[in-house]
Amino acid sequence: MINKNFSLEEAVKDIFDGAVILIGGFGAAGTPHNLVEAISKGPAKDLTLVYNAFSQLLAWVTPTNVKKVISTFPVAALSSWKTGCLAEEIKAGKLEVELVPQGTFVERIRAGGAGIPAFFTPVGVGTIVEEGKRKSSFFGKEYLLEFAIKADFALIKADKADRWGNLTYRMAQRNFNPIMATAANVVIAEVDETVEVGELSPEVIVTPSIYVDRVVKVPKRVIRYGYHEVKD
Amino acid sequence: MKGKGISRELICVRASREVKEGMYVNLGLGIPTAIPNFVPEKLEVVFQSENGILGYGRVPQEEEEWDFDLLNASGQPTVLLPGACFFDSSLAFGMIRGGHIDLTFLGGFQVSEKGDLANWASSEQVRGGAGSIGGSMDLSFGSKRVIVVMEHVTKDGKLRILKECTLPLTAKGCVNTILTDLAVLEVTPEGLVLKEVAPGITSEEVQEVTEPRIIIDPLLREIGL
Repeated sequence: MINKNFSLEEAVKDIFDGAVILIGGFGAAGTPHNLVEAISKGPAKDLTLVYNAFSQLLAWVTPTNVKKVISTFPVAALSSWKTGCLAEEIKAGKLEVELVPQGTFVERIRAGGAGIPAFFTPVGVGTIVEEGKRKSSFFGKEYLLEFAIKADFALIKADKADRWGNLTYRMAQRNFNPIMATAANVVIAEVDETVEVGELSPEVIVTPSIYVDRVVKVPKRVIRYGYHEVKD
Repeated sequence: MKGKGISRELICVRASREVKEGMYVNLGLGIPTAIPNFVPEKLEVVFQSENGILGYGRVPQEEEEWDFDLLNASGQPTVLLPGACFFDSSLAFGMIRGGHIDLTFLGGFQVSEKGDLANWASSEQVRGGAGSIGGSMDLSFGSKRVIVVMEHVTKDGKLRILKECTLPLTAKGCVNTILTDLAVLEVTPEGLVLKEVAPGITSEEVQEVTEPRIIIDPLLREIGL
């Protein structure tokens, strides 16, 4: 019988030094807060974290085990926003940072999961983003060559999972999660509810079970993020 | 000329006039996020959010109504309007980069005479990723029309509309219209054309705080509010 249910501890036990980890979420929506907290405590070190924005990390947990970040928005734009989330380390140049436009970011991950090694995009031509990249012209327009991202682990957040790991999402939780679920060797999904196989209608399943390795059911935590303060 | 010019709220009112029924519109961080508050409720306009929503609306006033699984592109809680739908970020950026968005309002730090935009890094030196790009570049490259909404000069009086941007670029030649507290300018192959001025502001006063030479539209009028 296929059973992908794991405890939080068991799910992250084999994350190794130097692992590349995708983290889903946009703002508080769709961010696997429990999984992020679990990996931030170690023991695995020299991690490369791949995430959209600083809000995928937690203000009250500072991962000291991170070597590199690949992100579209690692530093908050307004000084009135909270600090933390590796902002000081990034600004001080202590971490390796790869800054990627959001569309390129998601397409690199999609490509990684879909067997596409590299692709061209017009985004970033004429900006800092084009530095060190190959440029080609197609039909009179310039494009940058970008490479796929494939990860060792993906930490994603979904609403419901069945025993096979089919996933549904609530509201705007989706964002990067369905794409990240395709692009890692081990995909760990943090969910609010687990159901029996057959209870999720084929028409509403967004992430097919083929992509999901581990499901962790956690009590629903409302993380009230944002531009004012972080409240748990 | 300190203290003259229209308020942020009125800039949004003017911006909302550009939104026509049936348009699919994206809103960037900063001043633009307030624009839905000024679009008439009966006008059927679909706002797209880069995190995978079509058909979101205003930020609810009451904290009890905030749903932190339903956020707009600025990370603020929002609401869904009838006809709304969700999709993932890959589809969202396919929509953006693939040229399906009719109109994007973006904040700006600087805009050049040729319509170059700088709006993601506030310091000349972006060392090792100390800036944040988000969806700004994709939106600049992909939208059918880009309107930059910003204050005409910085708080310390530095010019923002320049011959060339000095800050790291978001995209070259992407801006169509610049909407500030003092003026509305169109980017054209011949140069920046001044179309509207704030009440009580003259075209000379606008030229004083704009580096490139402005072309004055013969039909120059007051900002329509």
